[in-house]
Amino acid sequence: MAIQSSIKANLYKDSVSLMRISQVTVARTGVQRVTLLMGTRSNKEFLQQAGLMSPALESAKPGDIMIVVADDAPEKLAAAEREIHSLIAGEKPKGGSNEAAAEAPPRSISGGVAIADHADLALISVPGPYAAAEALKALRRGLNVLLFSDNVPIEQEVAIKRVAAQKGLLVMGPDCGTAIINGVPLGFANVVRRGAIGLVGASGTGLQEVMCQIHRHGQGISQAIGTGSHDVSSEVGGITMLHGLELLAADAQTKVVAVVSKPPAPDVQKRVIERARAIGKPVVICFLGGELAASAGNVHRTSSLEETARQAVALAGARQPGGDEQSIEALATRVCASLAPSQRYLRGLYSGGTFCSEAQTIWRAAGIRARSNAPLAGADRLVDVAESHGHTAIDLGSDEFTVGRPHPMIDYGVRIERLLKEADDPTVACIVLDVVLGYGSHPNPAEILAPAIRRAKAAARAQGRELPVICFVCGTDSDPQPYEIQKAMLADAGAEIVGSSTGAARSAQAIASRMAADDNATARRAMQGGER
Amino acid sequence: MNAARSALQDKTSVISLGASGVDRGVESSGAPLVRLQWQPVGDGSPEVAWSLAQLVGDAGDADCLGSRIDRANAEVLERILTAQPVWVDVAAHASEVWPDMGRTLLHAGPPIAWNDMCGPMKGAVVGAVLYEKWAATQQEAEQLVAAGGIRFAPCHEFGAVGPMTGIISPSMPLFVVLNQTTGNRAYAPMMESGGAKTLRFGAFAPEVIEGLKLIENVLAPCLKAAVAGIDGGLPLKPLMSQSLHMGDDVHNRNTAATLLLYRAVTESLLKSSISRDLVHETLRTIGADDMFFLSLSMAACKATMDAAHGVPFSSIVTAMARNGVNVGIRVSGLNGQWFVGPADIPVGLFLPGFSEADANPDIGDSAITETAGLGAFAMAAAPAMVQFVGGTPQDALRYSREMAHVTIGRNPGFTLPMLDFIGAPVGIDIRKVVDESMRPVINTATAHKEPGMGIIGAGVVQAPMKCFVDAVGALATVAGR
Repeated sequence: MAIQSSIKANLYKDSVSLMRISQVTVARTGVQRVTLLMGTRSNKEFLQQAGLMSPALESAKPGDIMIVVADDAPEKLAAAEREIHSLIAGEKPKGGSNEAAAEAPPRSISGGVAIADHADLALISVPGPYAAAEALKALRRGLNVLLFSDNVPIEQEVAIKRVAAQKGLLVMGPDCGTAIINGVPLGFANVVRRGAIGLVGASGTGLQEVMCQIHRHGQGISQAIGTGSHDVSSEVGGITMLHGLELLAADAQTKVVAVVSKPPAPDVQKRVIERARAIGKPVVICFLGGELAASAGNVHRTSSLEETARQAVALAGARQPGGDEQSIEALATRVCASLAPSQRYLRGLYSGGTFCSEAQTIWRAAGIRARSNAPLAGADRLVDVAESHGHTAIDLGSDEFTVGRPHPMIDYGVRIERLLKEADDPTVACIVLDVVLGYGSHPNPAEILAPAIRRAKAAARAQGRELPVICFVCGTDSDPQPYEIQKAMLADAGAEIVGSSTGAARSAQAIASRMAADDNATARRAMQGGER
Repeated sequence: MNAARSALQDKTSVISLGASGVDRGVESSGAPLVRLQWQPVGDGSPEVAWSLAQLVGDAGDADCLGSRIDRANAEVLERILTAQPVWVDVAAHASEVWPDMGRTLLHAGPPIAWNDMCGPMKGAVVGAVLYEKWAATQQEAEQLVAAGGIRFAPCHEFGAVGPMTGIISPSMPLFVVLNQTTGNRAYAPMMESGGAKTLRFGAFAPEVIEGLKLIENVLAPCLKAAVAGIDGGLPLKPLMSQSLHMGDDVHNRNTAATLLLYRAVTESLLKSSISRDLVHETLRTIGADDMFFLSLSMAACKATMDAAHGVPFSSIVTAMARNGVNVGIRVSGLNGQWFVGPADIPVGLFLPGFSEADANPDIGDSAITETAGLGAFAMAAAPAMVQFVGGTPQDALRYSREMAHVTIGRNPGFTLPMLDFIGAPVGIDIRKVVDESMRPVINTATAHKEPGMGIIGAGVVQAPMKCFVDAVGALATVAGR
């Protein structure tokens, strides 16, 4: 394949814009591959790994766009490059020499503050190496910060959080994917009712799932404060989580507080629980994958996202929603009846890291040992993330899958490829998929996922077995992608629709347990000389 | 927890920077939202970005480094705005001002050795050596210089500024401008007339040397007498201010300022005892050159900016100068240090027969006018100037507007009629240049890259980002100690 590389100097564009330009170029010119990346060191390493690096790109600076086009027909390359350049140019501010250019959008935080209507929050999603500097500038200007960016050096995170603490400002993140502040959704966020339950979480999709369930139980959210996943490490010390608890304690609208996180470092965990005890409001705490400590006083410990939402709703004074144990059992019974004996293993293909952790937690509690690219403490790491092994739960949103391409909540390509690959594996008993709705996610996930589910099931069926695909939709009917319609489209494709992430993991676990039991029964019969 | 209002209140107003789409929920919720057209700061280095963030001021934290810088800058701005540059004298010879200069030639821009000099500067050095009669021919002059017989130093380090190559030799007369507020003086050589062929553009033909002699023997004594006849000297700020209202930027366009100067010296010369012939010769020379005032403009700006130099912690640029190879800046709080980056070729118009291929990279100390908030920073006052870059009057306004993004204040003494008489932006802050990724714009003339060829055009150029990035790094290190 012929590869052509060039540099467009001194023009920064975010990765989403670059990917959009790539897609449009491929669509218009039919060129096989277009890769547009800013000239950072890690992007160069990525090109190296992909075999796309060339000497022409060595001199690219982080503020330059690296352009790589590849095709079997060399004449297509020039057309693609022309298209790329015109698309890049087309996004320049219009007007050139006139007033429009004079009033171009501000480029800096201070420029933004100068024209904003009393700005009080900076939403920062610039590349990680630059992100903390922007956050610090925002804090100096008196803005609270949501730092969506990841790959922020931990010492910079600590430094900005110290400045924030001094100034009484909130820093959500780095790596904070979601929040709702004063009813304003930030980052990946669902449209939920406002209400009495305040959330703090070091887990983005965990927060989304809990807020959606609360909404579906008829209750609402006062605030949802994301902390970012590093906040609860001992280096950072839970500065944001503790500050978030403090803010919710003082917030008149918040009657109940819920905390969702992977297990914090022990010293942080101790401080969080102490602070929770002291705030004078009921607090539900879910440290997913951690030891389940006893509830005491105003602090209620839970072990799943579903339970967290139910507890919070109950504490807010609503009727405790009923469980769905019966429907899980019914689903397992129905599904298992159609499985072949070879089908024994679970495969969770998650776009939400928290869902992946929750599944592992639930499976482990049932004695199912699963591997993962993001294993719980003490669990086994997948040797090769591209190959599942036994029971496997994969977080497709983690770095090894997302360098140079959009998150799997936006781009279902990687998940669909993996789904089809797993469908070919005769040992797979069921596949679990999350579908995350809301701002920032794919505009219509069911539209592309449903045909893929059909294909996967058909492929398995062609090999003489049924392949159950369990889906849950993290969303609400107010989301830009309506919840009920998404569910209906997926169900129509043959997916088993379950009401929650917890329910999906439990259903899978029930299936695996039955298959193992059947397996044992078969083995016993064989030993007893019975029929095979 | 102290002071700040809680993040959780009735209203959230968001500034968003980075990936598109992350703020879609904000937009849909109807909350106030400003999207930045974000670029990585400066040269795209994360280390510089982090250094820069340490230098940001904080209204709620008077002790943080950035707040100390802000206070120092307020002091610097005060010094710039209160400067009162007055033309008080003409020094008959540079050696009067610096008696021990010996065989020193001062040059434009940051320090540079003979071997590294660009063509026009080498030409001007040869011309100055011939003018001083240290050698008789070009070859002899070059041998003398190559043998180390001449010492070189930047004009700026002597309180002086020179246009283009900026060569000042001991026999050259200098305008003397006094900053009455602080008592410091600044010096600049007089503009040579003579069209394209002048020493400042690197020409050294016999008529160029004759032109220098005319300045030394006729213009200097006449103008010395003229200024002596003006009681208390000629205050330059009101004159420059008036020129802005008459279509000058007081850098690349000095037509009005030169006429105002002409008016002032005519009366004084006619009152003096100088012979009518010499007066005529002097007035003819001034009247023939629209740029004659530039020397006084530069000296006025230098007298202003030197008074602003040396304020600890300040991040304000007090000199921006080019030697035809590199652009150098000096920063008030980084006393004496030069931060350099490669000079670009000006974009603009060329005289018939010349093109960009003939052009020397940006050269001259005249960017002191931009440093003081004139030139391209006051381009809104001089729409005629944008014809050099094929622009529209709107572009002139845009330059003045944009430069306000990299400056800390406005000069109420230099107002811009087309922008509702708002003051010209002044006080280039290295932090803002890097943060906004916006390089200061300079109006300039273009020299031929070969020695002896002279002026070939004029246009607009930008100072390189590297100067500002390096200065930010140095300020973070020095001030952070």
